[in-house]
Amino acid sequence: MGQQLTGPIADTTVFDLRLSRRGQRLNKLCAALCSPQERDAFKRDEEAFMSRFALTEAEKELIRRRDFEGLIEAGTNIYFLLKIGSVTGTGLYKMGAQMRGESYDEFLATRHIRGAV
Amino acid sequence: MGRIVGGIGLSHVPSIGPVVDRGRTQEPAWKPLFDAYVPVREWLQRLKPDVAIVVYNDHGADFTFDKYPTFALGVAEHYAIGDEGFGTRSLPVVEGDFELSNHLAQALIYEHEFDLTLCQELAVEHGFLVPMNLCFPHSTNGWPVRAIPLAVNVIQHPLPTGQRCYRLGQALRAAVESFPEDSKIVVMGTGGMSHQLQGKRFGFMNEKFDQWFLGQLEADPERLARITHQEIMEQAGAEAVELIMWLTMRGALSPQARRVHRNYYAPMTTGMGLITFEA
Repeated sequence: MGQQLTGPIADTTVFDLRLSRRGQRLNKLCAALCSPQERDAFKRDEEAFMSRFALTEAEKELIRRRDFEGLIEAGTNIYFLLKIGSVTGTGLYKMGAQMRGESYDEFLATRHIRGAV
Repeated sequence: MGRIVGGIGLSHVPSIGPVVDRGRTQEPAWKPLFDAYVPVREWLQRLKPDVAIVVYNDHGADFTFDKYPTFALGVAEHYAIGDEGFGTRSLPVVEGDFELSNHLAQALIYEHEFDLTLCQELAVEHGFLVPMNLCFPHSTNGWPVRAIPLAVNVIQHPLPTGQRCYRLGQALRAAVESFPEDSKIVVMGTGGMSHQLQGKRFGFMNEKFDQWFLGQLEADPERLARITHQEIMEQAGAEAVELIMWLTMRGALSPQARRVHRNYYAPMTTGMGLITFEA
């Protein structure tokens, strides 16, 4: 037991069962976005959409602010978070730039082949 | 009888899907990746596999944390194309092989004590489809091979250990070899290599680790299988832990399997590796 995960990893959130449990409502909201009708519903009325998932006010605020790092820390799995990214027009690399505290262009400048997007 | 004729380890980066769909594979930024698959496809045309067993992970298209299987096997005649939040790609439905799936389920559960979740309905997404796009391009007639999805939990810890994934591959080999029909099978281990998609460490890659992993997968897979999740995530990024699925592929081959192709390309945020073995 416990030999697979032995301690914290710098600048990394490990999505374990405890965190998944905390983020369950957020992840359910994300999973719902895997249908065009639900994506339309989100875009039409984000507040009404969020109200269906019993989120706390703090969780809703993270979505309103597009605080992707905050959403990760609140238990949203990165692959589920990408569905919020998609519906809000924030692709993976824009999300990543925000999490690194950089502008999109600053982030791209750190890549080997920036055309591979 | 069934026979495993080859194994492929390869990354399943989602951005590859739209590049294929929009005909951008020859653009300078992408050409080095796609060129590496030209000889692989020629090799596969010579091997003529009947079925590809694709060891992959779902990214929240069809499995959610309400119920999350550690290992899940597709046991259907067809698999739908999933919507993982970006729309459903216009791809043909994937043809499965129920007889082989049924045999694998019996053999893995009764003989080899891998108690899999069995899925009669499974919509597949980039984790499965990008490797298919790269190795088995579809035409108007559909895909050139039948395929069986084998999904692994690599996203919600506790994950299965590398050792367990390797042993699943060994069990898969034994199960295939007891299949009474003549059937040639390729096993694909997908995901990785180094990448991290969250936190301040977003975009982290480690080519040195990735090259070491490719080398060890060829030379000493038994030892490589003892790597821990912690070691992979520290050295190659949190999401690199998908690499444990490559161990299932390697376990399904004979220890003396001959490596045929090897490539590495890391343009943006993921070390995109490729390695093939002839069993």
